[in-house]
Amino acid sequence: MEDEVVLSVENLSASYRKNIVLHDIQFNVRGGTLIGIVGPNGAGKSTLIKTLLEMHPRLTGSVQFFGTSFKKAKKKIGYVPQRGSVDWDFPTNALDVVMMGLYGQIGWLKRPSRKHKRKACEALEKMGMEAYADRQISQLSGGQQQRVFLARALVQEADLYFMDEPLAGVDAQTERAIMQTLKELKTNGKTVLVVHHDLQTVEDYFDHVLLLNRTVIDYGPTARVFTKENISKTYGGQLRWMKEESRHVVHSVE
Amino acid sequence: MSYAAWIILTASLVGLSCGLIGVFLILRKMAMMSDAISHTVLLGIVCAYLVTKEVSGPAMLVGAILAGLLTAFLVQWLHSLDIQQEASIGIVFTTLFAIGVILIATSVGNAHLDVQHALMGEITFIPWNTTVLPLIGSVPKATVLLAFVFVVALIVIIAFYKEWKLTSFDPALAASLGIPVLFMHYVFMTLVSITTVASFDAVGAIMVVAMLITPASSAYLWTDRLSVMLLLSCAFGVISAVIGYFIALWLDTSISGSMAFATGILFLISFIFSPKHGILAKYVRPTKAY
Repeated sequence: MEDEVVLSVENLSASYRKNIVLHDIQFNVRGGTLIGIVGPNGAGKSTLIKTLLEMHPRLTGSVQFFGTSFKKAKKKIGYVPQRGSVDWDFPTNALDVVMMGLYGQIGWLKRPSRKHKRKACEALEKMGMEAYADRQISQLSGGQQQRVFLARALVQEADLYFMDEPLAGVDAQTERAIMQTLKELKTNGKTVLVVHHDLQTVEDYFDHVLLLNRTVIDYGPTARVFTKENISKTYGGQLRWMKEESRHVVHSVE
Repeated sequence: MSYAAWIILTASLVGLSCGLIGVFLILRKMAMMSDAISHTVLLGIVCAYLVTKEVSGPAMLVGAILAGLLTAFLVQWLHSLDIQQEASIGIVFTTLFAIGVILIATSVGNAHLDVQHALMGEITFIPWNTTVLPLIGSVPKATVLLAFVFVVALIVIIAFYKEWKLTSFDPALAASLGIPVLFMHYVFMTLVSITTVASFDAVGAIMVVAMLITPASSAYLWTDRLSVMLLLSCAFGVISAVIGYFIALWLDTSISGSMAFATGILFLISFIFSPKHGILAKYVRPTKAY
């Protein structure tokens, strides 16, 4: 899986409410990388993911997953939507939400078996949520809800993951648990694209960065791409650079 | 069976099918779509009448399905053109309903169809309009139609239970797993349409909205499990139907009106006393336990 091109995007553009929000998007993703998609509000980060996954119509361009079409590669692709995109008052519990990640594998007209249930329990355990399996989802904290979403992505056993702001509004402990899981996925040769909003942690968390503002400003290894110039180009100079040039930091994820 | 028994049975079938469909209407946040479809099926019925020249079950079902799908499609289409969802519903259903009313007044105007009947329904007359079924004997037509629709809705809901759950909870994940979300939306709209048209004769266009939304909303307050919510919603629908019948008998008033009133009473009781989401419970247990 490693070093093979798992996602290739060419000349992609998309519009939202009659405005062009993405244009000339072009990049290739190699297997076994952990990529942060970074850009200001309204840069089209979520729209990019939705357009790649054919949930939002694209105007031009082509997208290839594992050298083939999205339809054929669907089973190898996992998606974690924004936590706020679903109604957490829905009458269901944590285990059931994780099980939903398996519905594609279970297939039409079949019910989840004991094997599927065990798989879902294992994923919850991995995210440290086994004690909350029977908890109604509205009774979970924001961080716990996000961990349930991540557990749901894990049971899909995909090779390529798209995650929309998995670290938004979560507690420090959850952030550590999630990053730990993402690094594990990477170690196992999986590829993860993460929409990320916290510039302070980009260097610690991701080995590749995709700077996005309506189009790709720059993309590549974090050390090369994540520079002051590129960031101010992406954020249009509105952002004051807060980070010290050199600092001694304790990495939040070991 | 006595007339009273037929009326109660028919009303209970309305409660069952509306309770079942209503749960997903609530969870998909489409309560107002049922209001729209309950009105536009009138156009479907009128058109079916114009084509076949009779008010029959199968023709009405087909007409209602077409009208319901047309409504769902037009609402979706207007919404995709940047018109607010609520506004598109309002525009589409009033226009289609108005066409139905004009057609009744100009082309159909006779004893078989009238606006009053379509809006209020008249369950009292249902036992008079019968058909003969093999083995069972003489059965009111409306009851047969309702039983048929309930069985169809039940089979479709149970067969695709996990798909309904997922497309209601997280359509984005459903789409990424390859479940045809839009197609299921239209299938669901078809179920709403046939349920509405079957309940039409009994309770009319306005009361069917009460039967669709209120029992499901009450059930939502009592449980955290979808399967239990479905059972409760159906149960509340039946209970409302039976209580409504006896209220109507006691006060000598409209049966469909009393049924809708009963759903409101059940909701009020749920809203106050439900141990999970009721307002009393909130006073007793002021903070959520994490």
